[in-house]
Amino acid sequence: MYTYSEFDAAFVAERNRQFRAQVARRVDGSLTEDEFKPLRLMNGLYLQLHAYMLRVAIPYGTLGGHQMRQLAMIAERWDKGYGHFTTRQNIQYNWPKLAEVPDILDALGDVQMHAIQTSGNTIRNVTADHFAGAAADEVADPRPIAELIRQWSTDHPEFQFLPRKFKVAVTGSPMDRAVTLAHDIGLRIVRRGDEIGYQVLVGGGLGRTPMIGKVLNDFLPEEDLLPYLEAVVSVWNSIGRRDNKFKSRIKITVHEHGIEDISARVNARYALIRPQFTGIDQQVLGAIRADFAPPVFRIATTDAYDAARSADPVFRAWTDTNLAKHRAPGYAIVSISLKAHGETPGDASAEQMRVMADLAERYGHDELRISHEQNVILPHVHKSDLPAVHAALRKVRLATANIGLISDIIACPGMDYCALATARSIPIAQEISTRFDALKLEHEIGEMKIKISGCINACGHHHVGHIGILGLDRAGVESYQITIGGDGGPDAQLGDRTGPGFAAEDIVPAIETIMLAYLTLRRSPSETFLAAYRRVGMDPFKEALYGKAEAAKAAKRKAEAHVAA
Amino acid sequence: MPREFTPKVITANALLEGDVVYLTENDNWSRRLSEAAILIDEADADLRLLMAQGRASEVVGAYLADVTALGSTPTPTHFREEFRRTGPSNYLHGKQAETL
Repeated sequence: MYTYSEFDAAFVAERNRQFRAQVARRVDGSLTEDEFKPLRLMNGLYLQLHAYMLRVAIPYGTLGGHQMRQLAMIAERWDKGYGHFTTRQNIQYNWPKLAEVPDILDALGDVQMHAIQTSGNTIRNVTADHFAGAAADEVADPRPIAELIRQWSTDHPEFQFLPRKFKVAVTGSPMDRAVTLAHDIGLRIVRRGDEIGYQVLVGGGLGRTPMIGKVLNDFLPEEDLLPYLEAVVSVWNSIGRRDNKFKSRIKITVHEHGIEDISARVNARYALIRPQFTGIDQQVLGAIRADFAPPVFRIATTDAYDAARSADPVFRAWTDTNLAKHRAPGYAIVSISLKAHGETPGDASAEQMRVMADLAERYGHDELRISHEQNVILPHVHKSDLPAVHAALRKVRLATANIGLISDIIACPGMDYCALATARSIPIAQEISTRFDALKLEHEIGEMKIKISGCINACGHHHVGHIGILGLDRAGVESYQITIGGDGGPDAQLGDRTGPGFAAEDIVPAIETIMLAYLTLRRSPSETFLAAYRRVGMDPFKEALYGKAEAAKAAKRKAEAHVAA
Repeated sequence: MPREFTPKVITANALLEGDVVYLTENDNWSRRLSEAAILIDEADADLRLLMAQGRASEVVGAYLADVTALGSTPTPTHFREEFRRTGPSNYLHGKQAETL
């Protein structure tokens, strides 16, 4: 894993020292809130509904045991004993006190972590495939380039006052576990013959105006990537709209100008700045790559694993859902579910964090990952160690066998915490997972990704959920809109709205109705919900949800619109 | 015709703790909505809000929130204010735990 250089450590320490002084000046009245707010946001500190919230970056979702242990210490010492892992591979503390935040930042600095650029109109924490460096289907590890982008974008003088925030995601696998099509820039490492290069996607994003990214460059050699990125951000920085916050993201710039125009501008800018990149970035990248050298994998028998699978059905069920294929023989990637039925998606207690840190150190080559699906990954575990890992996880309620199933729900904090939210998300997630656990239907339903956002900003990625739920405030009442057929994978698609929204008490029955309709109409258990939806379309689900009359009305409207067109 | 003024309280987040506070009758900040001054006169509410917003070393983001007033007890009219009064619904912490 990457370790801070002297420069990195000094930079973070200096930023923390500055912020400590800024907090002191706010507390003694020298700074007004208007003056202080941009300063605290530059350091990841928000003021939410009930308290301050500190958002800490976990760059490309990678951390070691000692870092996870420090996150646990912070949760216990300065928060209420837990942390919330987010869809951007960050951790959020929901209850810090203003005067204590500088101490928290110093404690993070002690383990080479920070909260810089987790907020504000800057290039945000770079996210990556959570199976990076481990997945059997990977072309190359995306983390070295993600680290290079982190270093390049941190405090980049040209990009501190962008029109709006800017998010970059990198995947090294054709399976795209980083939702690259829904980012301002998505990077995909691709192989062409013997060569490895980058496909550059631009202008994707969810939120108020969801859009799927477009290909800006199909194959870029590695040595050209950084100047190319700089050209893209630079073009947007100069022509991106600053008159209207809702039209300022690069997706709108690409939409309004067209991808050809953006491409021409980027190429012109690239030609201008390319000579300034003399190869130092490639030297840095080389050094970073050495830091990400794969661990020395153990050669050992997997007999103990096979025996445990035969003997213990609970263990077998967990291995069926929570393991992914590793590139090294005898190894597995373990997804630790932070979605125990009825619990808050993405939350981990300090005790749970310590157990995960211990397991990483003891059985996982000291590596942990945070997934955008709000789970924790042990990327390198030898199968012979899995029975011990599972037993340790069970003791702290971390062994739920539900990865990729209906209770593995993404949910933003919603109005339980977030000042921007228009409705709650967490209780809906809790009720859905509790309900389907009681019905014992999750394994019958199979692959299902439910994603819930508590407002149109879509932190819960609802547009790309197989079922998406959006919480809104309708005349002073929480109301939930459903979309179906969304997909966050390599061929990402936005979901389609089913129709009118549902009241809070009706949303879980509505999800049940959709699931029962799917179970009735699928051709076989191997036809997933998404595949079935693509085959039959919206009408059967609409009819199940709203009744025949409503479905017929909708079909008629559609037919009339077609005739009129 | 101008809209009839409905009862309000002044609420904000405390600068140091970040938690929800309400302005009381004697211009102190209370953690409890039940102790908030109910404002029924628009001019008085606007003036007191300006004064509250001026207390920048104590609170952040003061605003007027709608309540219904049954006797002298204010009750939020919107669910957002209800959550601010009590705390998150997934854990027993926040204000609901403090008042146990």
